[in-house]
Amino acid sequence: MELYELSALELGKQIRAGVVTQDEAIAASAARIAAAQPDNNAFVTVADAPAPAAALDASPLAGVPMAYKDNICTRGVRTTCASKILGDFAPCYDATVAQRLSAAGAVSMGKLNMDEFAMGSTSETSFYGPVRNPWDLTRAPGGSSGGAAAAVAAGEVWYAIGSDTGGSIRQPAAYCGVTGMKPTYGTVSRYGLIAYASSLDQMGPIARSAADCAAVLDLIQGKDPRDGTSLDAPAGRLLSSLTGNVRGRKIGLPVDCFGEGLDSEVRAAVLAAADVLRAQGAVVEEFALPVMAYVVPAYYIIACAEASSNLSRFDGVKYGWRAEGYEDLGELYRKTRTEGFGAEVKRRILLGTFVLSSGYYDAYYKKALQVKAVIKGAFDEAFQRYDLLLTPVSPTTAPRLGESLSDPLKMYLSDIYTVSVNLAGLPGLSMPCGLDSNGLPIGAQLIGPALGDLAVLDAAHAYQQETDWHKRRPGGMSKGGDAQ
Amino acid sequence: MKITEELVDYVSELSRLKLPEGEKAAMAAELEQIVDYMDVLNGLDTADVEPLSHVFPVKNVLRADEVQPSCDRDALLSGAPASDGEAFLVPRAVE
Amino acid sequence: MTWETVIGLETHVELATKTKIFCSCTTQFGGAPNTHCCPVCTGMPGALPVLNQQVVELAVKAGLALNCAITRSSRFDRKNYFYPDLPKAYQISQLYAPIARDGAVDIGEGKTIRIHEMHMEEDAGKLVHDPWLDQTRADYNRCGVPLIEIVTEPDFRSAEEVISYLEKLKETLQYLGVSDCKMQEGSLRCDVNLSVRPMGSQELGTRTEMKNLNSFKAISRAIQYEARRQIELIEEGKRVVQETRRWDENKDATYAMRSKENAQDYRYFPEPDIPPLELSEEYLERLRAQQPELAQAKRARYQADWGLPAYDTEMITSQKALADFFEAVVALGAAPKQAANWIMGEVLGALSAHGLEARDMALTPPTLARLIQLVMEGRLNRNTAVKVFEAVFETDGDVDEYVKAHGLEQVSDAGLVTQVVEQVLSANAKSVADYRAGKEKAFGFLVGQVMRALKGQASPAVVNRVLREKLQEHIEDPAIENSP
Repeated sequence: MELYELSALELGKQIRAGVVTQDEAIAASAARIAAAQPDNNAFVTVADAPAPAAALDASPLAGVPMAYKDNICTRGVRTTCASKILGDFAPCYDATVAQRLSAAGAVSMGKLNMDEFAMGSTSETSFYGPVRNPWDLTRAPGGSSGGAAAAVAAGEVWYAIGSDTGGSIRQPAAYCGVTGMKPTYGTVSRYGLIAYASSLDQMGPIARSAADCAAVLDLIQGKDPRDGTSLDAPAGRLLSSLTGNVRGRKIGLPVDCFGEGLDSEVRAAVLAAADVLRAQGAVVEEFALPVMAYVVPAYYIIACAEASSNLSRFDGVKYGWRAEGYEDLGELYRKTRTEGFGAEVKRRILLGTFVLSSGYYDAYYKKALQVKAVIKGAFDEAFQRYDLLLTPVSPTTAPRLGESLSDPLKMYLSDIYTVSVNLAGLPGLSMPCGLDSNGLPIGAQLIGPALGDLAVLDAAHAYQQETDWHKRRPGGMSKGGDAQ
Repeated sequence: MKITEELVDYVSELSRLKLPEGEKAAMAAELEQIVDYMDVLNGLDTADVEPLSHVFPVKNVLRADEVQPSCDRDALLSGAPASDGEAFLVPRAVE
Repeated sequence: MTWETVIGLETHVELATKTKIFCSCTTQFGGAPNTHCCPVCTGMPGALPVLNQQVVELAVKAGLALNCAITRSSRFDRKNYFYPDLPKAYQISQLYAPIARDGAVDIGEGKTIRIHEMHMEEDAGKLVHDPWLDQTRADYNRCGVPLIEIVTEPDFRSAEEVISYLEKLKETLQYLGVSDCKMQEGSLRCDVNLSVRPMGSQELGTRTEMKNLNSFKAISRAIQYEARRQIELIEEGKRVVQETRRWDENKDATYAMRSKENAQDYRYFPEPDIPPLELSEEYLERLRAQQPELAQAKRARYQADWGLPAYDTEMITSQKALADFFEAVVALGAAPKQAANWIMGEVLGALSAHGLEARDMALTPPTLARLIQLVMEGRLNRNTAVKVFEAVFETDGDVDEYVKAHGLEQVSDAGLVTQVVEQVLSANAKSVADYRAGKEKAFGFLVGQVMRALKGQASPAVVNRVLREKLQEHIEDPAIENSP
């Protein structure tokens, strides 16, 4: 068995046992990155000399190579948000997540490509070129954490840290056949995550299995005094609490997530996953969740409004790129921002500025916050009756490159199953549950109540004990050598 | 609602973006399509609903008033497009 | 026609905290540019604000003292605009739920100024234009220094009322320890909104806003200038334009600022990074109980309890540190009037000579109390005591040591004084005879002779007493009368 076929936990165990040395793991990762990068462009920055773990007993994942999405600040290492405007910005500090992971012995192999400022569903809006899906290089890996999902799927790193504002971990995980988790809002410190929409952003793992995700979350969750929105909730016991048993769990299937617009192969695969869980003893039933009709507009209003403010600081004054040939301060701002941001980012900034502007605030922004309250209420109510919800992650499998960007609204609508989880602050996990007739991965989403991260992971873990979708590899890889 | 090019200009100026003349009409049309779609929300009666900005009832997250060392100035200025080693430099901004 | 001037005030007050409002950088004034800065206050990507608890406490104390209703559920909002002194391109402030509302300040002579609201916010940085570089230098040391902004209703009708209000405000905030209110360091800054209308009219005229007023003198002159300018415009049949004007101290005039104000659409929305404040009744009760006695109450008490003249109480309470000093000296046993005389005379004199404020002086209450005690006990002559005061003022030196080291202690030893008196009487028979003949002047001469013999260090009271006694004996002892 090749090293890349191991899970992160398995590799960690072998390193600790001395079966594999840390240097061998790092070399294997570097070789696969070198081989895959020209094809999938998953990385923006590849570490020249990855720093090995200082202590191999620091955590179950010590010495295991991983990588960060390029919107997570890493001290002294270029952090671009895949945007021209950040230039060669090298933060003078580490994100709390990076600090915690390095203390746990994580070995960073570099920074992962993404949609510019995490705005997109395909990882095609990157200033550093689109990411390609390892399952089919003519297709998008999803987004915005497309580089993270592609790198894990291609066996370049054993896990990655992504960010999820409206599905940006879960949807690319689904498109790339890997497992990704957006934890409960506030359980992972956002300090050092370059904000897209502060009230919705949350970092989380993309890995090979629910167990690997649990192991990573154990290292990064927990109260951080530097993030005022971080929750004071118990952390660090997910992996040891996994049982793989869903007997008696009540799982709701919102019928509104299985209707019009959902690809029939995706529907069938997700319903088949429900059958697996049912067979394992879970009680699965359908219920109505009519607020699904409002989640996409509410999400885009709130996310774009916050983004318009969060991205104002990129003005060519303190860091990053500055346009040339300006006459005065106003022109410096306008030229830098107009030339420094890509089309999708500008569209969202304009939309966000519009919904906050005088005369439109009440009709759009305030209304969206009210709808958010209704959505949260509907989910709270659902969790009175169910332990978990099961839905598709995305209406389709991975689209062809270039197919989505031409119609922004259509692209926004494809986020329908994931954005509500962010609006309500809930934990959501995407796990592979099948392949379509093109051989592309299909993802199923498990959603839990607030702080129900363990229940979500445990159900996915149970499912992964019974199935092997999460172990499937992109074609041409599973048989190939390390450098294939 | 109708998104005019004037509205696009107004919102662009607030955002310090300057779209080329040739892109304005297309942007106006795109925004209009999106904003029209957002009107779906009017189908939901929210007259009695409090706007929810913070999803969880976390409150009073406060820090003690204790000084910690500031950052090294060179590190702060290292990424500045223009600085004189002490301050960030911009075109005249003082009246 | 007679015109009425209508004025409203927005006063920014820097709070006396050790650290900034959202990060742990020092608030110390001055410092080399950009040395009191960190990722949070320079708006680095990914950095997050965490609220300083002392800011809340001081703001609530100010609100209570200004008779405001404290908002039990208070929130922060973002005010968005681009300017190089604002590194995030938004200021964290409060619009929708400010910390306090509906207050009132009594400015004397039956006039009350209503407070509309008071909110917390962060200060911006400092911009200085460098004519050599023809560039503006941005220094972010002040960024994030905590402010409260106190907004009045348009209740003022004259510059005098404005100054009375500001003096009252300054005194109150200093007494509370909420701010040092040093105008020269920008700890108290005012924007003046002014309009004029025909006397008797109920409608408000078009107002202008004046900025950059950093002394009471500037405020007073700017108000007079601007009122006159507006009246002249109207009388010439022109209209007042609503605009922001800047006071030019050198030209003694206001001028319209270039129009960054033309698109004043700040797109306020709730700050997602800072959870709401929920202030409990217990918390407010505790702060209410901690409110110190304010100047007005002190003045009344000094008059009632210690019979101090109104003039003295005004002088002593003009600075809280001075009043505290005075009370401490009295508590150490000094007679209130004695202590008051020393403070109004020597202490204020020395402060002014050294260019100090009372809170900055080294002299401690025990030192002055001891000095007063030595004078009271007749061990130090008042004039000598002043010399000692001058010697110990700067360093809070040890009074007793100084007196001893310089041999200044007053001679109160009746035995020694008697010996000297007898010598003087023997040597000045003529004066003794004059005295006996009823020439009181001769007594003064004899006192002078005794004092000279004792090098001025004798207690005048003791000398007087002994001399009277001895002269009496001489009258009763004719033997002396017969001596030559």
